[in-house]
Amino acid sequence: MINKKVNSLDEALQGVESGMTLAVGGFGLSGIPENLIQGLVDKKINNLTCISNNAGVDDFGLGLLLQGRQIKKMISSYVGENAEFERQMLSGELEVELIPQGTLATRLMAAGYGMPAIFTPAGVGTEVAEGKEIRKFTFHGIEKEYLLEYAFEPDFAIVKAWKGDTAGNLVYRGATANFNHPAAMCGKITIAEVEELVEIGELDPNQIHTPGVYINRIIQGKKYEKRIENKTVQPKP
Amino acid sequence: MLDKNGIAKRIAKEVKDGYYVNLGIGIPTLVANYIPENVNVVLQSENGLLGMGPFPIDGEEDPDFINAGKQTITTLPGSVFFDSAMSFGMIRARKINLTILGAMEVSENGDIANWKIPGKMVKGMGGAMDLVASADNIIVAMQHVNKAGESKLLQNCSLPLTGIKCVKKVVTELAVLEILPEGGFKLLERAPGVSVEDIKNATEGKLIIEGEIPEMDI
Repeated sequence: MINKKVNSLDEALQGVESGMTLAVGGFGLSGIPENLIQGLVDKKINNLTCISNNAGVDDFGLGLLLQGRQIKKMISSYVGENAEFERQMLSGELEVELIPQGTLATRLMAAGYGMPAIFTPAGVGTEVAEGKEIRKFTFHGIEKEYLLEYAFEPDFAIVKAWKGDTAGNLVYRGATANFNHPAAMCGKITIAEVEELVEIGELDPNQIHTPGVYINRIIQGKKYEKRIENKTVQPKP
Repeated sequence: MLDKNGIAKRIAKEVKDGYYVNLGIGIPTLVANYIPENVNVVLQSENGLLGMGPFPIDGEEDPDFINAGKQTITTLPGSVFFDSAMSFGMIRARKINLTILGAMEVSENGDIANWKIPGKMVKGMGGAMDLVASADNIIVAMQHVNKAGESKLLQNCSLPLTGIKCVKKVVTELAVLEILPEGGFKLLERAPGVSVEDIKNATEGKLIIEGEIPEMDI
């Protein structure tokens, strides 16, 4: 087996440079690559284009890169409650491209499936369709219009999983496969961080979500804050 | 006239045994509270979960277990997690039987606007465009009129669209209306204490009234 384990964030992020495009896993703050994001903050590179469903909050997740003005453009479906994001967007410092969530996930996935483009009905008849190629298909017995959307081919993808082995095989926990699995599949180079990095043979081959072939480097995260964005609970009985 | 919970309670009657259902944020989330116990449904959360359970007991919340509204949630026996690409795959493949979502405007031909107000901060469309473009059955939960008293059930939407010709039914504080394939809001039911005249006055789009309109049974 090929050993993809790296021991430092520096080593993990080697080759990531200003002006590059990155796909970033996670949904809201759930399952985000906390350590690799901190690594990008410390590396002080800028002019990044980030493909990520969300943009973090002011002081966590991609919000940390926004604070340091390291992001030039965000490609997201929902940017949420982030005052610094809002300020930079309204002042024109930050370019924002909003695309439907399923289109975002599928454009990431498509790259990992070796397909340059997909057709989706999402956005037909809306401003999302402006300037895009439209084709009619009869599918599921219904004739409808579909938009041609291109696969994302980012320079790097950074993702987070629960467990991984040194061959790069990944296992997610709870709802954190979210954009991590599609992002992991699309990077020209994909870097994964995990809460628990184990030796080859310790993961059950039947239980692996992302095969290590998609992963180039894997690192054990130093610490995980795993912040909750919207704690919603029932009172104790 | 219905309050938010009343709208949710009425919509819950549209949820049939065996359905896979996607509930949007706001009033649609409340629908889950009114689905009868003998109606077996599976709730989908588009970040990647089928079989969404209730909110956790305080202290038992887990940052890895969230729904599409980023709320902490629990699972149920039979629940399954998957990635977001597969999640929208099952939505596009029409495996989800019913989608319930909110709207700012709906038009008489079934167009919906619910993501953007020009001049205001735009947060994004999230999964709404994917859901409305693919779901067979879409019910909108909304207020009939805005804060200025203007109708939100229109001939044509004035706001940027989320999807076209997709909404099948609208449930408001005043009425239940079906959107006919050929266009028009067909009035099906009145909310308790609301007259047909009240509904006429609150509907800008084409309203179709045939025979006696019954009061909702909720």
